[in-house]
Amino acid sequence: MAMAIKLSLILLFFLSSSFALYEDQVGFMDWHQRYIGKVKHAVFHTQKAGRKRVVVSTEENVIASLDLRRGEIFWRHVLGANDVVDQVDIALGKYVITLSSEGSILRAWNLPDGQMVWESFLSGSKSSKALLTVPANLKVDLDSPIFVYGGGYLHAISSIDGEYLWKKDFATEGNIDVHQLILPGGSDVVHAVGVTDSSQFDTYEVDVKNGGLLKHTTASFPGGIYGEVLPVSGGRFVVLDASRSVLVLITIENGQTHLEQTHVSDLIHGSSGNTVILPSKLSGIFSLRTDSCIVFIKVTNEGKLKVMEKVDKTVVVSDALPLSEGEQAFALVEHGDGKIELSVRLVHDMSSNHLKETVKMDHERGFVHKIFINNYVRTDRSHGFRALIVMEDHSLLLLQQGEIVWTRDDGLASVIDVTTSELPVEKIGVSVAKVEHSLFEWLKGHMLKLKGTLMLATPDEVAAIQQIRLQSSEKSKMTRDHNGFRRLLILLTRAGKLYALHTGDGRVVWSTLLQSLRTTSQQKCAGLKLHQWQVPHHHALDKNPSVLVVGRCGLSLTSPSALSIVDAYTGKELQSTSPAQHSTVQVIPLPYRDSTEQQLHLLIDADKHAHLYPTTPEAADIFQRESENVYWYSVELDAGILRGYGVKKTHPSNTVDDYCFETRNLWSVVFPSESEKIIATVARKQNEVVHTQAKVIADEDVMYKYISKNMLFVATVSPKANGPIGSATPDESVLVVYLVDTVTGRILHRMTHLGSQGPVHAVLSENWVVYHYFNLRAHRYEMSVIEIYDQSRAENKDVLKLIVGKHNLTTPVSSYSRPEVTTKSQSYFFTHSVKAISVSSTAKGITSKHLLIGTIGDQVLALDKRFVDPRRSLNPTQAEKEEGLLPLTDALPIIPQSYVTHALKVEGLRGIETIPAKLESTSLVFAYGIDLFYTRIAPSKTYDSLTEDFNYALLLLTIVALVVAIFVTWVLSERKDLQDKWR
Amino acid sequence: MKTRDRSRPLRLSSSSTSINRLSLQLLQMEKGKGVMGGRKWAVDFTDNSSTLSTRDIPDPPGFTRASLDQDDSSLSRQKKDAESNWKSQKAWEVAQAPFKNLMMMGFMMWMAGNTVHLFSIGITFSALWQPLSALQGVGKVFEPYKDNKVDLLAPKLLYIALNLGGMLLGVWKLNTLGLLPTHASDWVSSLPPAHEVEFSGGGAPLHY
Repeated sequence: MAMAIKLSLILLFFLSSSFALYEDQVGFMDWHQRYIGKVKHAVFHTQKAGRKRVVVSTEENVIASLDLRRGEIFWRHVLGANDVVDQVDIALGKYVITLSSEGSILRAWNLPDGQMVWESFLSGSKSSKALLTVPANLKVDLDSPIFVYGGGYLHAISSIDGEYLWKKDFATEGNIDVHQLILPGGSDVVHAVGVTDSSQFDTYEVDVKNGGLLKHTTASFPGGIYGEVLPVSGGRFVVLDASRSVLVLITIENGQTHLEQTHVSDLIHGSSGNTVILPSKLSGIFSLRTDSCIVFIKVTNEGKLKVMEKVDKTVVVSDALPLSEGEQAFALVEHGDGKIELSVRLVHDMSSNHLKETVKMDHERGFVHKIFINNYVRTDRSHGFRALIVMEDHSLLLLQQGEIVWTRDDGLASVIDVTTSELPVEKIGVSVAKVEHSLFEWLKGHMLKLKGTLMLATPDEVAAIQQIRLQSSEKSKMTRDHNGFRRLLILLTRAGKLYALHTGDGRVVWSTLLQSLRTTSQQKCAGLKLHQWQVPHHHALDKNPSVLVVGRCGLSLTSPSALSIVDAYTGKELQSTSPAQHSTVQVIPLPYRDSTEQQLHLLIDADKHAHLYPTTPEAADIFQRESENVYWYSVELDAGILRGYGVKKTHPSNTVDDYCFETRNLWSVVFPSESEKIIATVARKQNEVVHTQAKVIADEDVMYKYISKNMLFVATVSPKANGPIGSATPDESVLVVYLVDTVTGRILHRMTHLGSQGPVHAVLSENWVVYHYFNLRAHRYEMSVIEIYDQSRAENKDVLKLIVGKHNLTTPVSSYSRPEVTTKSQSYFFTHSVKAISVSSTAKGITSKHLLIGTIGDQVLALDKRFVDPRRSLNPTQAEKEEGLLPLTDALPIIPQSYVTHALKVEGLRGIETIPAKLESTSLVFAYGIDLFYTRIAPSKTYDSLTEDFNYALLLLTIVALVVAIFVTWVLSERKDLQDKWR
Repeated sequence: MKTRDRSRPLRLSSSSTSINRLSLQLLQMEKGKGVMGGRKWAVDFTDNSSTLSTRDIPDPPGFTRASLDQDDSSLSRQKKDAESNWKSQKAWEVAQAPFKNLMMMGFMMWMAGNTVHLFSIGITFSALWQPLSALQGVGKVFEPYKDNKVDLLAPKLLYIALNLGGMLLGVWKLNTLGLLPTHASDWVSSLPPAHEVEFSGGGAPLHY
């Protein structure tokens, strides 16, 4: 090892390349994609046709302004995870107004550039619906107020500077729940319509100038109500009663409230109970969805309900859009086979379609979930319509004139799990012409580079060089490469869609909406986990690799699971069980493979039965053989218990299923609930490769690492300290960390951090764990490292015995042998708070490691593991310095150049995945959140390959020059020799 | 003279001037650099060495080779003695030459220090390489001094011993640089982690 280290030091001496990225290297091996998530609200802005934009808010709490021509993001703001956007609107034609956090934060953003103009915090006394109304043409003392209902208060806020004008407390008016805020056009009164105790309708009329209560009408309805009150037209509202079978029409006239009840079954024959009033606001009309269809019902002037039309229940209806002549239009989307039909109708003339377009639609996008329409005036003064539709896979499309103008795959903003797959092997037999062409291109490229190196290139050529570097066809090929850089990233999104992205350029190779995970009206389905299912390497080479997607249909843990196996090359669903016969609480990939290289998986259900997959006799055989040594553990967060289980070899007598095994509880670790609460558990990555068990320290001494895949890091805090930082005093908060062996339940190490609290982010790799927490006493974040060493092997230090192989270092170890362990640990201050921690992983585990820290600024910071080495001391000895041990500092340095995301941000960062490349020095890094970012890192620099921009032409030229020089000098020396001889 | 010297297989010299030739040779030897270095060319017609070709022809009656040697004048005998003396002296000198080398190497190693860098690596490898190549060419080095009367064994042994000493110095240096696998760490660093008998997996229940 010492030799290796020293030789590598020599190598480093030669390869003194910079660690940081140069400006022209950006985009060379990394890519970044920006998303917004599933759109909730959209407000079009076509002010004088100059800037064609749409402002959207999404379920990922993003507010963005999109270009209507190409779908690009003009500007985007990601609000915090808890700052859910309730409403979006445009005020004064220049501000985007957003109401968020249950109506407690109101912000105005400048429409053209997205700068925040003002922000108002609205206090409330209770949680309630958040409503925002931005009157179009209301002037009060040269100001245009915005009306916000939130937290039981009605606020009027100036749209110019966000100042409070007045507020009206509705909480004092009884237990009212305001459903709608309405401003009848031209009047100076705000109508707040609500329901008190689910049995009484209340209407308050409030003066817009001072918030004074002008009128209060009320009417009780003993039947109770279901859902929301929907305004139909001025003074008319509809609502469903609690049984969902009676429609109540509320008419407010002259301060009197009239209720009129109509049975749904009278309007729609044969409808059952699941009736819902759709929230689409169409004047004079409302839509009702039943189990079988959607019905449009018109409310006549006399207050009668009249069924206008029945359409299929999958139809999606937009809000009404006012057209110029006081008319209103709305859009309907119907699903066909591989297409959708968009029709625009006028509210006053339901019978005919104003516009009907058929658009081809990819099956993989699923159903339309939402539609927003907007009109524009064509050159012939007729109305044209564009429709923004949100699909089931969360993608966003703009339809115009029967065409899809653009699409955005915004499902990628909600990645749940990531795995990778290798690409197919390159077919042999490439045409000679192609080779010649590529050779010519290659030479040309290198000649250009040479020119660049020798500073002879013109600016045009410099641009061409950069172009060649960035758009090398090599990196986006659909075949496996020698270095293992080209791969498929397989992403499972919240919408239940599986995407395969090429690591070369980040393009979507295929995407599949998994049928087994589609949410239906009966149940909500979602994906949970993604695992590699089959990776043909030695056997079954004719098969494509495949992945296993585990999902759940239903909300509780006992809901049935949905399993599907998807081909990683094509995205075809090979096998799908939905719903499966059992629930899935945990998925455990076993380290065994069958003859077709399918990985064995254990799925644990809610009753703690283990289900073996694949369900083949061969897999069962393999599992039966190994079952004695298979254990599993569960972390019960609420109860604060760790439990370990063993798998019983025998089949349970009560089932006939050969692949279902009973388990028995072997051990439990119970954390006292009054003093400890589990806040984080981290285990080692199953596929991590460790090169060596020995750690060589100064003076050629050896320490043996305790390397066990069955180690679990558990962090607990005192219950009081479970809240946010600042909620507990330092004396009350205690952070305790444990290292637990999950086979025997033995606690290998326990450490207490007094005066510290979570959130804890940790990473466990090889024999060390690094975790991040907050130190209340020091008022700073800290990072600690624990390294664990095996004491039972420490005696193996006799060189002769090692040479002849007389040692116990390679004998298999059992956790039941209770090896003696010793730990070293150290803590450091760390400036940032952290969103995710990961560690680089390489093919053989030889290369040194970098911690990848997702900072609060949504960037990924690479921190050399050497900085978190518990053997660091204030004054390292000469030998320790030689070993590369750094002097101890109280804080970990943050070197700006070591941000792997360089200037970019991965908004809403949730996870960092590292994948080993085939090249030992290199690790692939994929960070996901609302944005996606991919790059390659080489923690010890690329010691095993030349850099991509290595100048082969220069090398070739040098070699040729040297050969020529050799010849010339040889001829000269021969000649001189001859002359000497003749002298 | 033997025709072993490949560079000059043909040696011209008249038999009558054998003494002259010898003296000439001695003179040239005195010059020091290379035994045959200064001479342009020479043709040796007679060959009184015991090659097979001359052995085939029987000596004429009344002529014995021994008497020929005895017939040589006392002067020539003296010269020969002087030559062999000189040769053995030279052989000892050659044998002791590596000592100086050794000292110099030691000095350079001391200068190079104990850290691994280009210079110390270069010094160490040359310290290893020089004795090795010298040992390979032991025969060649002592070839010019080969004589029936000169005992080359002792100088050769000294030469070998000194070179081995040089090599040991190099090895010692290699060790001090930490490039020899003499520590436990060198033998265990490539050992993979031991296989674990048990497997355990699991975690917290999966949630959306």
